[in-house]
Amino acid sequence: MNIVVCVKYVPDATADRKFEDDNTVDRVGVDGLLSELDEYAVEQALQFREKREGEEITVTVLTVGPEKAVDAVRKALQMGADSGVHVVDDAIAGSDYLGTSLVLAKAIEKIKADAGVDLVLCGMASTDASGSVVPAMLAERLGLPQVTLASVVESQGDQVRIKRDNEGSTEVIGATLPIVLSVTDQSGEARYPSFKGIMAAKKKPLETWSLTNLGLDADQVGLSVAYTQVEDTEARPPRTAGEIVTDEDGSGAGALVDFLASKKFI
Amino acid sequence: MSEVLVVIDHADGEVKKPTYELLTIAKRLGEPSAVFFGSPEQGDAVAEKVKKYGAAKVYVVDDAPIKGFLVAPKAEALQQLAEKSSPAAILLPSTFENKEVAARLAIKIGSGLITDAVDVAEGGVTTQSVFAGNFTVQAKVTTGTPIITVKPNSAAPEESEGAGTVEAFAATISDAAKGAQIVATQPRQSTGRPELTEAAIVVSGGRGTGGNFEPVEGFADSIGAAVGASRAAVDSGWMPHAFQVGQTGKTVSPQLYVANGISGAIQHRAGMQTSKTIVAVNKDPEAPIFELVDFGVVGDLHTVLPAATEKVKERKG
Repeated sequence: MNIVVCVKYVPDATADRKFEDDNTVDRVGVDGLLSELDEYAVEQALQFREKREGEEITVTVLTVGPEKAVDAVRKALQMGADSGVHVVDDAIAGSDYLGTSLVLAKAIEKIKADAGVDLVLCGMASTDASGSVVPAMLAERLGLPQVTLASVVESQGDQVRIKRDNEGSTEVIGATLPIVLSVTDQSGEARYPSFKGIMAAKKKPLETWSLTNLGLDADQVGLSVAYTQVEDTEARPPRTAGEIVTDEDGSGAGALVDFLASKKFI
Repeated sequence: MSEVLVVIDHADGEVKKPTYELLTIAKRLGEPSAVFFGSPEQGDAVAEKVKKYGAAKVYVVDDAPIKGFLVAPKAEALQQLAEKSSPAAILLPSTFENKEVAARLAIKIGSGLITDAVDVAEGGVTTQSVFAGNFTVQAKVTTGTPIITVKPNSAAPEESEGAGTVEAFAATISDAAKGAQIVATQPRQSTGRPELTEAAIVVSGGRGTGGNFEPVEGFADSIGAAVGASRAAVDSGWMPHAFQVGQTGKTVSPQLYVANGISGAIQHRAGMQTSKTIVAVNKDPEAPIFELVDFGVVGDLHTVLPAATEKVKERKG
């Protein structure tokens, strides 16, 4: 069985994230890393392999992004994935959801043509755009069922069952492989790379593909053909410092209620 | 005037407030046509409600062949409806499910998608709040039919009588769309409190509660608020995930947000930073949450909140 985990290299949320002059996300000038939420997807792929002892299961990590995005693949290899694919091409920069999902889908199809793909795993969202739409787009493009936002994943044979929290209910979803599966941060803490894992990762296969490898032309992706256009980005003005009081002998409650009343919340 | 499709947010025929917000926004873009995925028997009652907010048409899509499966059937139905009505835009309430429906639909009809808009102006320019609320982005769809998911509290619902003509729409659902089956579903018990994402006031608790949410819930009830929790509180098993505010939970943008025993990590801020007024109670004067607040109390929530609850009750008499 072959699992492809899609991961994203994102600007560090604790760094000073910003936009370029053309209103695209600055992905080079800000420190980046493997999106925290994609670590859970890598973890589930590894657990899938560990739980199904005796089966031959390979985990391939796939990312689309600038040169430095290879770091996200390396981290996943250190965690225990078997091989990596990094799609990098200047023409991809500025792609929106449709462009990004097209490149990912073509890459998955290429992996499938070589080795077969039974499961595509994704995190629940990226920590930069937070759209949560690429897994569904991949499912649509690949013609697969989507089983998304799983907090618990179980599988047997070609059957997958997940549990998830929906808006007003808890659901159990069932599907037959191949599928696109996304998992939340409730699905299980992601492991840290061990020293052994870090050393082993250096010898694992890591391929670099361009658009040409995927049979795509530069004019099919990127900022110029994006289906959406960002017209303006603006830093939100910092919140003006508020009043802070220290609770002494119960004074805090009175001050709090007075404040809320002054703002007509009571 | 072109139709604008608005997907109705409802629970078993009970229309939710974001629907009226979306209809209000839709009027800026064209003539609202509400889309009801539900039981045809509830169609007329739903139409009565949405026509008050300007729905000229109400498409009733029988969800019997749809509701047992995830996302894909709804996207097929909307594709067929879009082909029939050639809408100027398609608006959906920004839930996880609707975002995925919108995602599949965008690929199907070759249209641009904008998610989590907090406003949509005439001409279709959207406003989004990104990077944990630190940036505001103006964008628009430039190819195809704009598909926009809109967050709750993005507009004040404005009443205006629409025709509300009910039209049954028969969608054809392919077998391929039925690959992910809902095997079991367990509705969460209602807390009797306002819905977290729609509430005007949210009172939430974090690690500092030590697992005792009574002071938080008591204070929330005294001011008619929804209750939320930080990821630390959810990970500790003190509150269900459905109450989590933050990057991987709900994003809220209420008039008032009261954070209790919450330090204010970036992941939490991502879920609440656009709240109009922010108040915090925390024992640690160095907690980053105090950088955001309009008003803060350095103190123990276990004593401050019960006392504040009493004072609110006194004021209300």
